[in-house]
Amino acid sequence: MSLTAGSRPDGTRPPAAVEEPTAAVAAATVKESVPRRAGKADKVPFRVRWRRDRALILMTLPVIVLLLIFNYVPLLGNVVAFQDYDPYTSSNGITAIFHSPWVGVEQFSRMFDDPLFWGAAKNTIVLFVLQLVLFFPIPIALALVINSVIRPRVRAVAQAIMYLPHFFSWVLVVTVFQQIFGGAGIIAQTLEDHGWSGFDLMTNASLFKYMVTAQAVWKDAGWGIIVFLAALAAVSTDLYEAAAMDGAGRWRRMWHVTLPALRPVVALLLVLRVGDALSVGFEQFLLQRYAVGAGASEVLDTYVWNVGIQHGDFSYAAAVGLAKGVIGVCLVLGANRVAHLLGEQGVYQK
Amino acid sequence: MSLNTTLIRSLKAPARPVWEEPPSKAGLTAKGGFLLLCCLGVLGPLWIVIVTSLSPKPVIDRVGGLVVIPQGITFVNYKELLSGGQVSRAIMVSVGVTLCGTLFSMTVSVLAAYGLSRRGTLGHRFFLMTMMATMFFGAGLIPTYLLVQSLHLTDTYLSLILPSAVSIFNILVLRAFFMGISPELTESARIDGASDLRILLTIIMPLSRAVLAVISLFYAVGYWSAWFNASIYLTDQRMMPLQNVLIQLVQKNTEAPAGLQQAVATGHLSSLGLQMAVMVLALIPVGIASPFVQRHFKKGMLTGAIKG
Repeated sequence: MSLTAGSRPDGTRPPAAVEEPTAAVAAATVKESVPRRAGKADKVPFRVRWRRDRALILMTLPVIVLLLIFNYVPLLGNVVAFQDYDPYTSSNGITAIFHSPWVGVEQFSRMFDDPLFWGAAKNTIVLFVLQLVLFFPIPIALALVINSVIRPRVRAVAQAIMYLPHFFSWVLVVTVFQQIFGGAGIIAQTLEDHGWSGFDLMTNASLFKYMVTAQAVWKDAGWGIIVFLAALAAVSTDLYEAAAMDGAGRWRRMWHVTLPALRPVVALLLVLRVGDALSVGFEQFLLQRYAVGAGASEVLDTYVWNVGIQHGDFSYAAAVGLAKGVIGVCLVLGANRVAHLLGEQGVYQK
Repeated sequence: MSLNTTLIRSLKAPARPVWEEPPSKAGLTAKGGFLLLCCLGVLGPLWIVIVTSLSPKPVIDRVGGLVVIPQGITFVNYKELLSGGQVSRAIMVSVGVTLCGTLFSMTVSVLAAYGLSRRGTLGHRFFLMTMMATMFFGAGLIPTYLLVQSLHLTDTYLSLILPSAVSIFNILVLRAFFMGISPELTESARIDGASDLRILLTIIMPLSRAVLAVISLFYAVGYWSAWFNASIYLTDQRMMPLQNVLIQLVQKNTEAPAGLQQAVATGHLSSLGLQMAVMVLALIPVGIASPFVQRHFKKGMLTGAIKG
């Protein structure tokens, strides 16, 4: 849970930093139009503002403290990537950082020579592309079908059923798939009863990538339609009516009205997806590692887990994790730039 | 008469705009069939799992695997699992962690969302940035693991709650919802001398029951489904939550659950039936809770996702 936040298209991370104009911008705009925002608040003395807002600040603090401890402190902990970290040089894992020798970028150069790392990176990219091609369009298509259903009850029931798997844990999803497609699963049993044998999709390394994509589709495709349905609900009926007046048929209206309405959302989700390209799903792969073997199922996240947690090579694992994180941030920013170039809003505004 | 029938028909059939062509038979069939297929794809596997968990051993043995058509419903598998032992303990752990964790997460999230819901307050931008920045970069698995270890949280239930206690996305959804509540309400309360906490408890929270329900469900599902933290921070088998027990049962060995081998060996229980029963136990809370908050999903998702 901690690692995979936002790794699915449903985890639409909301637009950041579009909140309000900065103080400078606010001051530059007409003053009367922003009476009680930054412009005026700046004139209120700090002590008065503190007295006025201290309750709100106190309320915010617990979350800030949690984030500082569990997000910002570990961020600093990434320095072990530049060390030959040994947890036993001190009684405490954190203070051991100060006793461990610095090795510069040695861990990173090790990474470049490591075929296992490149294997994991390759798997990650292959899976990302596969998910982009086979997973991403499905919620859009589903949303279009659901949206064209007029009866409210049919809509409600269909949506309720499609949302459901999103709330199942990966353990359950993988188990369900195993019981159906696995060697002792229901399909294999049925085939055996009819004289065929040798059916086991779950341990088949070459089919593994399609299998995990199918699992992701089963779990989250239904949930992904929410955003698209909302975008479709926001389309003005006037547009459809005007198009119909001009003689546009069902498909014409879809092409010229419905799909353009989806464009910004699709762009936003694509940006998010590309930004998350290196996190193709962690738990899902870890759970099937034993079944298909590390060769096929190793992605960057599981590689970090394997090297660091399983084998205790903390510095090297942290280096791999750090590299992955840095590339991930670059991907988000880059994808967002592309979105801007295409004239879409992207995650945050320019 | 004819007016009456059109009236009734218009009440029964949902409004179709006059300019829209009536659907063709083939189109309707294709669409309906497609939707039916999607729903069956979700419900079919669940049906099989549930039926298998309710089947007695002879039926499971005869079918040679999962049962599709129920014959002779029995609850022996559940009785065996819930009469003490590893699975009952794991359920207690999972329920406890989910309840405490959700309560804790909701408390801090609601407080923070309200604390950040008024623009121009002291430190508003700074705190908001501190929060949102964490959405763009994660600290990574290894440093977090080292931190939890050096805080001596390993082998405590706190390690299942604290490291993933807050979801910024959820806080932003709550905040957006709180900001949508008309300020006149809170202003008048403030003039009457209500404190911020009081405003939150007596005005804001009752008005946002829907979004509170959705976010609680998100958090609760997160805690209920989590197994990774437990797998790296807990070493004591007796502390493991339900998902981890399920992994051990189904993923690693297909043998019967520890402590239940005897029941399987003596031949009155099927290990497959037991496994499926554990799965159903893991499914039940989610299956019960999500339909109730179902109709609020859209609102909850959207306030955070699209409008920002």
